[in-house]
Amino acid sequence: MADAPPMSSFWRGFRDGLPFLLVVGPFGMLFGVLATEAGLNVLETLSFSVVVIAGAAQFTALQLMTENAPTVVVLASALAVNLRMAMYSASITPHLGALPLGKRIVAAYFLVDQTYAAAAIEYEKRPQQTLAQKFAYFMGVAMPICPPWYVFTLIGAWIGTAVPPELGLDFVLPIAFIAMLGPAMRTGAHRIAALVGGTGALVFAFMPWNLGLICGALLGMMAGAEVERRQSLRAGPAATEDTPTPGETR
Amino acid sequence: MTAGEIDRTTLWTVIVLLGLGSFGLRFVFLGLIGDRALPEWLLRHLRYTAVAVIPALVAPLVLWPAATDGQTDPLRLTAAALALLIGGWTRNLYAALFTGAAVMIGGSYLPVLT
Repeated sequence: MADAPPMSSFWRGFRDGLPFLLVVGPFGMLFGVLATEAGLNVLETLSFSVVVIAGAAQFTALQLMTENAPTVVVLASALAVNLRMAMYSASITPHLGALPLGKRIVAAYFLVDQTYAAAAIEYEKRPQQTLAQKFAYFMGVAMPICPPWYVFTLIGAWIGTAVPPELGLDFVLPIAFIAMLGPAMRTGAHRIAALVGGTGALVFAFMPWNLGLICGALLGMMAGAEVERRQSLRAGPAATEDTPTPGETR
Repeated sequence: MTAGEIDRTTLWTVIVLLGLGSFGLRFVFLGLIGDRALPEWLLRHLRYTAVAVIPALVAPLVLWPAATDGQTDPLRLTAAALALLIGGWTRNLYAALFTGAAVMIGGSYLPVLT
């Protein structure tokens, strides 16, 4: 596996990214539709998606602009929604940080929720991959996610206003994220991190600018790390060959 | 959603600055740290970023969906819970996605739930 050509990593990534089309399609179209309803033309809608390439932040900014919020508030709120991207950046750095600057710029541009989630899970599952294989996998995942984001935004902008709300399109995003979560919760530490992260976001939901999300996520990370630390302490001295290491694939 | 015409200067200012800001957030560690080793305690926390962020992102959307003006919706709650259960049980992304979608689509034909 470790000496397989990067190209096979690319195609494995591409395959793993494909299911996200089910998310990117409706979600991108929804942005296109809402942007058109808010008075943006096709070029403006497309530019928004290509330049910003972050669904949740785009929806936030669009919503606030239609409410005529001050530009500073629009930017602050939308960037707060995207604060998690800095966590993704830190999290992916041990895997992709050794790449040349140009490739790191490309990876940073394509570092969105779906590419991050797929890559983070893959790198934990196959830590022995080379740098080239990891980058190839990342680009493979990005291909069925990022370019289609532009295309579906465009389609949505063309379709305009004719999407019935009773389809529950708003719920495509949460379901997709939840679907990713189930398979990722491999150890007790993962489950605790998820539980604390979700509960924390609800408890701190009163905070402005989506800071509740950031607080919940930080608490979840701390909880997961603490559980792992305690487990390794307990397993440490008496560890035998048959004791599974936390974080190891089953 | 339409409250008034969006000012073009505001729109392009937001697009450009939000684009730069978002890229900056994604690049900050990847660009500045490079291949320098990160401390073990930080790596241990970063291992749980995905599984902590995703529930934090999703939990409010599940309990207080914007589509129902923040009213808790039994249908969305059921779809989310079943998708999580099936995903955790089968460890299969497609099975979980399909379950959630099936509940949402099926539920729209059952007026009892909505």
